[in-house]
Amino acid sequence: MSESLATVSYLGAAILFILCLGGLSNQETARRGNLYGMIGMAIAVLATVFGPRVASMGLPWIIGSMVVGGAIGVYLARVVKMTQMPELVAFMHSLVGLAACLVGFASYIDTSITFTGAEKAIHEIEIYVGILIGAVTFSGSVIAFGKLSGKIGGKPMLLPGRHFINLIGLLVVVYFGYAFLNAHTVADGMTPLIVMTVIALLFGIHMVMAIGGADMPVVVSMLNSYSGWAAAATGFMLSNDLLIVTGALVGSSGAILSYIMCSAMNRNFISVIAGGFGSDGGTPAPKAAGGSAEPAGEVSPILAVETAELLREAKNVVIVPGYGMAVAQAQHTVFEITSFLRAKGVNVRFAIHPVAGRMPGHMNVLLAEAKVPYDIVMEMDEINEDFPETDVAMVIGANDIVNPAAQEDPTSPIAGMPVLEVWKAKTTIVMKRSMASGYAGVDNPLFYKENNRMLFGDAKKMLDEVLVVLKT
Amino acid sequence: MSLLIGVPREVFAGEKRVATVPEVVEKLIKLGFKVIVETGAGDSANSSDDAYRAAGAEIAESAAALWSGADMVFKVRAPNDEEVGMMREGSTLISFIWPAQSPELMQKLAAKKVTVLAIDALPRQLSRAQKMDALTSQAGVAGYRAVIEAANGFGRFFNGQITAAGKVPPAKVFIAGAGVAGLAAIGTAAGLGAIVRANDTRAEVADQVKSLGGEFVKVDYEEEGSGGGGYAKVMSEGFQQAQREMYAKQAREVDIIITTALIPGKPAPKLITAEMVQSMKPGSVIVDMAAEQGGNCELTEPGQAVVKHGVTIIGYTDLVSRLAKQSSTLYATNLFRLTEELCKTKDGQINVNMEDDAIRGLTVIKDGEITWPAPAPKIPVAAAKPAAAAVPVAKKSHGHGEPSEPMSPKNMAIMFAVAGALFWLIGAYAPIAFLGHFTVFVLACFIGYMVVWNVKPALHTPLMSVTNAVSSIIAIGALVQIAPPLAADIVRPDAVIRWLAIGSIVLATINMFGGFAVTQRMLEMFRK
Repeated sequence: MSESLATVSYLGAAILFILCLGGLSNQETARRGNLYGMIGMAIAVLATVFGPRVASMGLPWIIGSMVVGGAIGVYLARVVKMTQMPELVAFMHSLVGLAACLVGFASYIDTSITFTGAEKAIHEIEIYVGILIGAVTFSGSVIAFGKLSGKIGGKPMLLPGRHFINLIGLLVVVYFGYAFLNAHTVADGMTPLIVMTVIALLFGIHMVMAIGGADMPVVVSMLNSYSGWAAAATGFMLSNDLLIVTGALVGSSGAILSYIMCSAMNRNFISVIAGGFGSDGGTPAPKAAGGSAEPAGEVSPILAVETAELLREAKNVVIVPGYGMAVAQAQHTVFEITSFLRAKGVNVRFAIHPVAGRMPGHMNVLLAEAKVPYDIVMEMDEINEDFPETDVAMVIGANDIVNPAAQEDPTSPIAGMPVLEVWKAKTTIVMKRSMASGYAGVDNPLFYKENNRMLFGDAKKMLDEVLVVLKT
Repeated sequence: MSLLIGVPREVFAGEKRVATVPEVVEKLIKLGFKVIVETGAGDSANSSDDAYRAAGAEIAESAAALWSGADMVFKVRAPNDEEVGMMREGSTLISFIWPAQSPELMQKLAAKKVTVLAIDALPRQLSRAQKMDALTSQAGVAGYRAVIEAANGFGRFFNGQITAAGKVPPAKVFIAGAGVAGLAAIGTAAGLGAIVRANDTRAEVADQVKSLGGEFVKVDYEEEGSGGGGYAKVMSEGFQQAQREMYAKQAREVDIIITTALIPGKPAPKLITAEMVQSMKPGSVIVDMAAEQGGNCELTEPGQAVVKHGVTIIGYTDLVSRLAKQSSTLYATNLFRLTEELCKTKDGQINVNMEDDAIRGLTVIKDGEITWPAPAPKIPVAAAKPAAAAVPVAKKSHGHGEPSEPMSPKNMAIMFAVAGALFWLIGAYAPIAFLGHFTVFVLACFIGYMVVWNVKPALHTPLMSVTNAVSSIIAIGALVQIAPPLAADIVRPDAVIRWLAIGSIVLATINMFGGFAVTQRMLEMFRK
């Protein structure tokens, strides 16, 4: 295959990738979009393997490693549970990050590529930056994976003077970058490169460690973005436009997701990355600030039986799922209750807050897995105005995203965050394991509202009970 | 030593209720109390002595034994002289008392040096008092029963039907007064399929009427009729005139009238005149729920059902007792909630905490001292404040589609300046080969930006997994490194590069296959 033919194939692949992302704009075309992505990838790989840059002696190695990798990948995709999607995605980001590092090192020690002058400097900067992004993506994703799978505690770990540490790290990286550019031989340049890689790895760990559980959607989408930029940097390094285009697509997609997640929490990106909710100004007691914001009243607990009664008598039901539903694996029971009620003519819908769960769209995937039809799964903006006509709003394992303090109390740490206005429904039922406050550590006045009932217990167990009562 | 709760048999003629039921006895015992019930107390409310015994209560053979032994007595009706005589000094009584209407009873109870909690004196405006609100629970039962009595006296269906034997029009029901009893009656009548209309001098209840399936009929006259504490007040003459006209019109149209109008401490207002009754269709029914206070209808005979001008006028004063099991259960639960408030420690002891607004309001006699009327309760400030301080909700964020509003011109200018400077720097120093790639890069960023904003939030997870799969394009980088066709004279550390490249290919292909496969799996699940 000639150089030109390979380039044209790359162009075709790039177009297919764009169509792939475009296809995800709605559920009907999404599957075709995914198919476009696969075809694009196949074209890109084949064009490279049979292109002018790969000699036939490399084929056994390529086929061997691709078979190994492909088998592992397909196996993982088969066995992963839908509740583990965030972990899997984080894990895959780490692979891209690590691959980018390896390609970077390989490219640096490859003496067959020679440049001079500005081109050499730019090439070396590309290598340096590519490895930097790759390393941060790798270690950050590994930590994110650990946090999401529960292997590392979800609490933010805040080192004293962490911003200062990061700044020092950055300065060191810049200094060694200078040293790296001035190195004349590969051996000379290796030391700064390795030091930088270590710092970048530590930086990735530190960054994600400082971020708490509920900010995970931002982190996961940010790492998604980084993995794209890493690919783009590799493209620059190897002068490969396909890599650049694809990397840029992925990078901007992740960046947009991060932006959407941040605005759904009414926080800016920097403050999420800088970590710790409300811990920044050293004022860990948001309650002391408000005084008047102290919720008054008491909670009214109910039992599964009464919950079933309320649901049975309702005409309009909105279910608000949160991370608690994922943890309890309750989505299938939720679906059974939903289909039972719908069969009886009750209008059951779901309300999804953009940051519900641990990654963007997490709840949608879980509900889809449980076969909930997607046309009754609503976004926040679509359903917020319907709450006054709702008879029962059932909140399953969510807290901050339904907190009226975000609108009513300007001193609340989550003031201004868009929330689902469940308290406007005639009755709300909140399913929680206990009265503990949510991730933000903010007390939730919803629980004390007169039309609110608390159903304490494990979501799955309680919903099973509700279902049994409904069916009798 | 846990306290003994005594539940005597109600002695008032026609009273069928009982102050606690076996289900609630169990709960009281869980709170640490012991319970003693007079034999036969629950007979007319379908709760036998055996049921009480099974729930853990003792059975007292006589009223005297019960009154002398009990530390607390739960009753429905206010005690009569004989019962007061049997009370033990230092004990506590929880019951309906009506302190305003019965000062003599108050004196006698005070002389007995007892503590009395009048369930009718509950400050109903406290939201946490609602669970103890026996007036509400009993009025709800009465409203329900009133509709049942009406249906019983009415010769037709309530719901309209089209049958093989012809068309049946639905019954039209008019309900005067939309308090708790009125609302319960609206809901019940609407549930039976009747066309329900209702009126109340308090305009704010219109929404509640509608929510229960009724239609709110307005009086053509402007005046606010809310008299504080959720009760109605006496209205002006002009209003009453307009109201009479409206009632007269309804009387001609409807089949059933249920009246619930009461004004505290005053005889019931006469809403339905004899002429109105005359104007009604024969076979119509009037249920006068205010019969005990004289009745809302001029022709009502309290305690009786009579037929006048072909209209059945039901003036039963014992509607609640006609549903004794239900009313007793609700009343028992109200008292149980009150007991919980009195016994926060759950050890079978009570603490009549006069600092507590709800309990202060209820307590009309404390250790022989009359403490009625209670000062107006402090309305919880916190409940009202936050609403007043409500912040305008932050900009409608969540960016589906375009970012909500355009940037300010100043920010715009700064952004363009920064971008311009950056471009100039790159243009000034970078070699032309780099610029080609740079162009591609920047344009691709914009395409990504445009395309991704259109992705539905519901598909964000598939988006992430597919972009993740796509980013395994990095495999290309490793592929070109593994074995490039090199000129013979170029030396390079082949083995190291090869292994690095193989490593990257394996990693990237895991991602490639895994990412696409898992996306496919997820998208398969999204079904309509």
